Amino acid sequence: MAQLSRRKLLATASLAASTLAAPRIARGAAPRVVVVGGGFGGATAAKYLKLADRNLAVTLIERDARFVTCPFSNYVLGGFRRMEQLTQSYDALGKRHGVSVLRGEATGIDTARKRVTIAGGRQLSYDRLIVSPGVDMNFSAVPGYDAKAAERVPHAWKVGAQTLLLRRQLEAMKDGGTFILCAPANPFRCPPGPYERVSLIAWYLKNRKPKSKILLLDAKDNFSKQGLFQAAWESEYPGMITWIAGKDGGVVERVDARAMSVKAGFGEEKGDVINFIPPQSAGRIARDAGLADERGWCPIDPMSFASTRVKEVYVIGDAAIAGAMPKSGSSANAQAKLAAAAIVASLANKAPDVPALLNICYSLVTPEYGISVTDVYRATPQGITPTPNAGGVSPALASAADRKLEAEYTQAWYRAITADGWG
Amino acid sequence: MTNQSTGAALCALMLLGADLASGTAQAQTAQAMAQNCFVCHGPGAKGALAIVALAGRPKELIAQQMLAFKADQRQGTIMNRIAKGYGDEQIAAIAEFVAKLPK
Repeated sequence: MAQLSRRKLLATASLAASTLAAPRIARGAAPRVVVVGGGFGGATAAKYLKLADRNLAVTLIERDARFVTCPFSNYVLGGFRRMEQLTQSYDALGKRHGVSVLRGEATGIDTARKRVTIAGGRQLSYDRLIVSPGVDMNFSAVPGYDAKAAERVPHAWKVGAQTLLLRRQLEAMKDGGTFILCAPANPFRCPPGPYERVSLIAWYLKNRKPKSKILLLDAKDNFSKQGLFQAAWESEYPGMITWIAGKDGGVVERVDARAMSVKAGFGEEKGDVINFIPPQSAGRIARDAGLADERGWCPIDPMSFASTRVKEVYVIGDAAIAGAMPKSGSSANAQAKLAAAAIVASLANKAPDVPALLNICYSLVTPEYGISVTDVYRATPQGITPTPNAGGVSPALASAADRKLEAEYTQAWYRAITADGWG
Repeated sequence: MTNQSTGAALCALMLLGADLASGTAQAQTAQAMAQNCFVCHGPGAKGALAIVALAGRPKELIAQQMLAFKADQRQGTIMNRIAKGYGDEQIAAIAEFVAKLPK
């Protein structure tokens, strides 16, 4: 009886919410778009929503006062960038673009009533919602690796205290020590990231602790920009880096943070510094709201990045299942623009444009040696695929001048993409 | 999939169908494509450090350079790979849009 009336109450409330929302816009009130998460996806989406339609009421909910980018955090580990140089302010989004930046942690989404709850209890109603929560580390996937273990064996796959911890450990490591990095299976945030990290830690060690070794245990049999990275390791850091593919025993079965060792098919390996990058999933708020599938990632309609599971909610960035697009800041930037345009079209009852999606990821193997991967994508309702005979990685045989130029463009890309999102 | 998103997908499919049938990519708006340039060329294509500004430059010049990258007549670092992802008419549309952006 109690259950029945509760269900009836919920149904009535849900009906009330949906019938009230439509007339609200019809009366001429500004449509409310809420964006959860102020990273590459969320910040860019909030800005482009306002650029497309100044009259939209756009609220960006972000937990932190400032955003520190994961891209370029490997340069902090290499010792040639400081965290402050990776820090983005939300001031311009508010002052220049008229986005309401609401500092707080979104704790839940009531998709029936179209409301987001913020820590402390405040609720925000939306007509359209963009969820851009990034990833969570999965602390139960590999025995021995949980949040506690991460205090000794950092993942440093979210920038911040973890990045600084790993940097301090590398600084404290003796010359002749062993650094172990464990890379996860696909899919995960920033596919070339573990290999750029190994490269730049090798650069630091080569200059400061040249007797040291690096062991890269990989759950995969191949990786992003593999040929380019391996050729650069040969030429720049000969004999320093050993990569063990998954098929050769690279899959880590257990982490022992006390003993500072990892057990892989390859054997039990002790490290002076260990960086374990665990499997990941869409940020918790997306999973809690029912936006994720059983694999922990969010299926979307490739034409708009609208969730296929919940109406009037869009998921962008690392949390989304975006076909061939990698989980990268650049993918999130393109997806943000697409979702913003799709929302503006949807609020005007117009068909969305045909999507234009692009990704560009630069990696450094030394501060003056850059490589890139890019693709121009084709989106259909069936999926997102790279355009044939286009895109791909930097040429295998490029001059030192071209590698240096790509390192310069890496810096320029960072300046451009952060200005595009937060400027 | 909900009815609504099926509807949206069908609409998009029809647009895409028209696009493929005519052999052009006119349905894909110039703005959507051009905005992706900003990720390296800076917001509004105003340039970023070593990467050139494109905003307000002649559309013929932008299109000509893109076509030269596409045909490997001009050697760049990443632009050859990117330009090959677009049809000639898409390149013309991007160039026209970017040329109209304020310098």
